[in-house]
Amino acid sequence: MNIRVLVRPKAGILDPQGEAVKNALPALGFEGVRTVHVGRLVEMEVESADEVDAMCRRLLSNPTIEEYEWEVVG
Amino acid sequence: MRIGVTVFPGSNCDRDALYGVGRMGAEAVELWHGDADLKGVDAVIVPGGFSYGDYLRPGAIARFANVMGPLEEFAKDGGPVLGVCNGFQVLTEAHLLPGALLRNTHMRFVCDRVRVRVESVDTPWTAGCDPGEELTLPVAHNEGNYFADPATISRLEDEGRVVLRYLENRNGSAHDIAGVCNEGRNVVGIMPHPERVCDPALGSDEGLRILRSVLVGVGV
Repeated sequence: MNIRVLVRPKAGILDPQGEAVKNALPALGFEGVRTVHVGRLVEMEVESADEVDAMCRRLLSNPTIEEYEWEVVG
Repeated sequence: MRIGVTVFPGSNCDRDALYGVGRMGAEAVELWHGDADLKGVDAVIVPGGFSYGDYLRPGAIARFANVMGPLEEFAKDGGPVLGVCNGFQVLTEAHLLPGALLRNTHMRFVCDRVRVRVESVDTPWTAGCDPGEELTLPVAHNEGNYFADPATISRLEDEGRVVLRYLENRNGSAHDIAGVCNEGRNVVGIMPHPERVCDPALGSDEGLRILRSVLVGVGV
């Protein structure tokens, strides 16, 4: 079973990586980018999805600063 | 007094911390990450570096190392623990300290000496300092930008748990916070490196003001 976990900075938390990318895009001529947030994608193959949520809470994300969502992708 | 220094794969300030412990007049004990054993030490320093390559998040993987089990017990029983730089990050990931260390606001690694003020002497790691004492200490980090939700920050301020504060904020930390302690005040995390200035041969021994405090702090 394949799982895809998306981890990203919580809303409202300073995201210096996102800011840096946002500021770099116009330098390449890409205009009109209003916001950029940079997160992390984790792909896992697991035997069961039962513990994926615990994995997200205990290791894959830091709930103090990040939020996560996950899905089964086949 | 015996002071343990944890060693994770990727720690790079462990030798400096062991040396600093010797300089402060205590016996230094290396605590290997794979051993769930604190070897009966009286205090523990979690040193700086890039434990486990900082993979995932700084400190995220180190917190599950074998040595962390007894370290968490030791901390909960009131044992003095000092996290420096990556050690601070490890202690926040382990929930022994509140908050988290984000990327520096300007996205650059900062390696410099900065002025800090000792805001609380009511911890084992600052008990030998004067209230409001100013120190010049090295910093070297990419994720030193202290963050906690506003309620937690207010609580830290109200309870006098901001231990060190930057006089020049180089990383964007909330309230210029350079170091905090836990509710029990025995666990302290700081971004500056006292162990890098513990010998006049290194240009300064001001770091001993912090390290030697623990001799006062635990009444040895």
